Amino acid sequence: MIFGIDVASMVLGGLAAGMVLFIVSVGLSVTMGLMGFVNLAHGAFAMLGGYIVVLAMKSWGIGFVPALAVGFILTAAVSIILERLLYSRLYKAAELDQVLFTIGLVFIFISAVTLIVGPENQPLFIPDALRGQLNLGILHYRTYSIFLIVVGVTIVLGLWLGFERTRFGAQIRAAVDNRRMTESLGINIDRLFTITFAFGSGMAALGGGLGAEFLGLDPQYPLKYLVFFLIVVAVGGPGRVFGAFYAAALIGVLDFALKKYLPQGGTLFIYVLTILLLLWRPQGLFGKSA
Amino acid sequence: MSAPTSAHEHPAARALAGRHRIRLWEIIPWLLAIAFYFAFPRYLGFGTELLVTILFAISLDLALGYAGIVTLGHAAFFGAGAYTAGMLAFHHIWSEPITGLIAAAVVAGAVGLGSGLVLLRTTGLTLLMLTLCTMALLEEAANLGGHYTGGFDGLPGIDIPPLFGMFEFNPLYPRVQYLYVLGVLFVCFVFVRTLVYSPFGQSLTGIRENTLRMHAVGAPVRVRLIVCYTISAAIAGVAGALWAQSNAYVNLSTLGLDRAATVLIILVLGGYGRLYGAFVGAVAYMALSHFLSKYFPTAWQLGLGLLLVVIALFARNGILGIFETLQRRIGIKRPSP
Amino acid sequence: MKRLIAASAAVVILANWAHAQEVKVGVSLPYTGVAAEIAQQMDRGLELYLKLNADKIKPYKITLIKRDTKDPAGANAKLALQELLTQDNADIVTGWVYSPNAIAIAPIVTAGKKLAIIMNAGTAHITNLSPYYVRVSFSMWHAGFAMGEAAAKILKAKTAAVGYTDFPPGKDSLNAFKRGFEANGGKVIDEIPMGGAGAVPDFTPFFQRVKDQKPDVFFVFIPSGDHAAAVAKTYGALNMRQANIRLIGPGDVTVDNKLQDMGAAAVGIITMHHYNADLDNPENKRFVAAWKKEYGADTTPDFTSVGAYDGMAAIVHVVQTLKGKIVTDKAIDALKGWKFSSPRGPIMIDPVTRDIVMNEYLSEVATGPDGKLHQKVIGTIVNVKDPCKELKIGPCASN
Repeated sequence: MIFGIDVASMVLGGLAAGMVLFIVSVGLSVTMGLMGFVNLAHGAFAMLGGYIVVLAMKSWGIGFVPALAVGFILTAAVSIILERLLYSRLYKAAELDQVLFTIGLVFIFISAVTLIVGPENQPLFIPDALRGQLNLGILHYRTYSIFLIVVGVTIVLGLWLGFERTRFGAQIRAAVDNRRMTESLGINIDRLFTITFAFGSGMAALGGGLGAEFLGLDPQYPLKYLVFFLIVVAVGGPGRVFGAFYAAALIGVLDFALKKYLPQGGTLFIYVLTILLLLWRPQGLFGKSA
Repeated sequence: MSAPTSAHEHPAARALAGRHRIRLWEIIPWLLAIAFYFAFPRYLGFGTELLVTILFAISLDLALGYAGIVTLGHAAFFGAGAYTAGMLAFHHIWSEPITGLIAAAVVAGAVGLGSGLVLLRTTGLTLLMLTLCTMALLEEAANLGGHYTGGFDGLPGIDIPPLFGMFEFNPLYPRVQYLYVLGVLFVCFVFVRTLVYSPFGQSLTGIRENTLRMHAVGAPVRVRLIVCYTISAAIAGVAGALWAQSNAYVNLSTLGLDRAATVLIILVLGGYGRLYGAFVGAVAYMALSHFLSKYFPTAWQLGLGLLLVVIALFARNGILGIFETLQRRIGIKRPSP
Repeated sequence: MKRLIAASAAVVILANWAHAQEVKVGVSLPYTGVAAEIAQQMDRGLELYLKLNADKIKPYKITLIKRDTKDPAGANAKLALQELLTQDNADIVTGWVYSPNAIAIAPIVTAGKKLAIIMNAGTAHITNLSPYYVRVSFSMWHAGFAMGEAAAKILKAKTAAVGYTDFPPGKDSLNAFKRGFEANGGKVIDEIPMGGAGAVPDFTPFFQRVKDQKPDVFFVFIPSGDHAAAVAKTYGALNMRQANIRLIGPGDVTVDNKLQDMGAAAVGIITMHHYNADLDNPENKRFVAAWKKEYGADTTPDFTSVGAYDGMAAIVHVVQTLKGKIVTDKAIDALKGWKFSSPRGPIMIDPVTRDIVMNEYLSEVATGPDGKLHQKVIGTIVNVKDPCKELKIGPCASN
């Protein structure tokens, strides 16, 4: 019984951490899979969203959930502007030029946020209802972690419905699998890209706001956690929504367990895990085979 | 600058035959480097750092620009070299600098060979993440092995005996360091230049351009890639050892993602697959960030970011790409390197 | 031509005149990167000292030359210092947040032969690395060792778990606490490295491990800043107080500029440190009031700001004593045994080690009448010298 509770609390804690990773990374995964665009500035959209959430709560006095919606919408709007003005010029460029462009964008974001808001960490005050512990029958667990898991699962179910049951989702799936064929079927790929990009950035913003309780929020955010976002995308397989979900959950839980029982290993585990997973399935757990 | 010698020679044939020839302008970077020594004696610390970065970027160019191996973990070899030279000297096992470089090259090359054998089966994002994670593993190992490596604080005050028994490294006025690094950079550059124009180098370019065809013509693709990766790693190791020796310390930053990402950005900024992209990129990136941060300590990243974005948007393949476009526009015909 | 000569002669004269009046101080802080917030806190602290004491500085002029050290890699800090010394001809150099930077530049400090005042970097043995180093901030052992003693003697704890950020100040803090705690009959039952300093980890797995082990106290060291709020939040969310596990640590855990972000979870956390913004002494009252007036009522100084403030006080003391003509050996003599009424209480520079001697305060977080969180001093240890050097431990012994 004690052992069961141990395992349950470990799984819950790991899943909660994984869900933050998933929500931020899923947009990156789709843009990389769909457009083949290496968007290293994805974390900057997560940061932007987080800042909007915090500042909206502080200066307009709105609640956490409405602030998240505002963060989603504003970040998506900003990303549409950037996509149409700048990103779209580089869709056909070499991957490394895209890397150069998006890293430059990250520097600009970091500097702009530092100059406008300041270098300090932005505290996020979650509603009282989400603080403390929740009684789950066999064990008490951190309410916010449970909340994150519920949100993450809801999002993945919503995405599943959107991808599998709508015309738009079918178009995206088709474009991930074979872009040229999709284009020749008369599907407007530019529009598809813009909407997907905006949605992915909005999701990142949501992740930035939801994750601030764990990951904090400061100008360095886009670089600090970039590696973890990339790991989720690579392990899940670029363009695979479920891949990103399972990869984030798997890495979250395993990392949590190893940290709890073998903290002396430091960050070794997450890297060893990633290497092993990628050597086993080079295209990612759910990627299309080469 | 070579004028056409004969009108009936086919330009393509001429280009192919003459591509390895040393052109007059190729002496300019070296003249500038020597002029820098005399003109800016108080900037030699910056100059030394710049030269080390150029060498590191050249090593990456060999792997990325010529063999098409996209890696985000090249600091693994820089760090392996730095720690080899640094730890040998710090623990008083071996401190003579030039042989220290050789030891560093061997160790870094071995790490390159080992990781290349495992990782070079993959490509693209997977390879990128695998190289990155391998580097992160090495960094964490160096952190955990703090007893030997000094951990996060690093190994300070490494004692390097005078070069050739005569020229002492001065920490405040790094004149000797500058000339030493410049000399090593020159030797390594000549080696790499010879290598990329050799048949081996040509076959690497072939693999980058069309792997399937190289398989079809019976080239040992995997072996060539691994050999190239190993050589690239060894040169990165030399760069790392130079860094450790000229700074007289080594720490975890030599193995960090910051360093690996920066050198990649520098190479792409200058233009990869061209040898001289490393020079142009390093000078542009480092000079801009150094001097901007001097006058705007809190806001310099804005200028740097703008440079990267503008180059990525308006030039194809880096700053050198601009020159090539201009040449084409004004109609100067020169064999492409 | 004649005019040119006259003009250059005038420039030379002006330069000489300026040299007699002007003292150039090179400031190396990480104005960008993960410690940019600490740099801001420190920059405000040192500027505030200059502003509040403008009349003390006259007739001399202190010119600050600020350089960004960017990261803990050492190379940028080294270049900045080289150029401050050889191009800007700085008379005094100061700053340094990251210990690896202070360690990496030590040979240049020694070769440059200029007074170098450390305003933050806390790895204990740094002051042994160059005879020109003077530290006005702290050693990790100051708070860690004293907390170890207090945990056993005052809090009556028998067992402790230690969670630390896995880099040298963290290990220093762990060793210091362990030494102080176990020498007084306590036992450290678990030592948990909690990730690197670069990013804030999810603390839940580490804290859950501790919760399972049920020690009397849980000593946490994390770098002040983003980590601190996350620690208090996780502690609260896991109901560890209700499980009778007391959270203790050096003052980084309850650093002033993050305290209000922690919420009710922070109430009852006990820390040992040389400064908090609630200290009840006239210097501090004046300092905090001036700070809020200058930088806004929402802002607060913290121990890093006080390090910079006191560092600038030390520099002004040197400038006054030497009447504006800075000679390094005399400057260091002027600081040996220097006493100052700092916002953190009385401080002194140990003439032997060139390190700081100061009070350590045992404080508890409590809700004040204004509804905000405050730190209440529950015990004071006066004139603490760096225990690492007192006990001659490891590299601290080689002085």
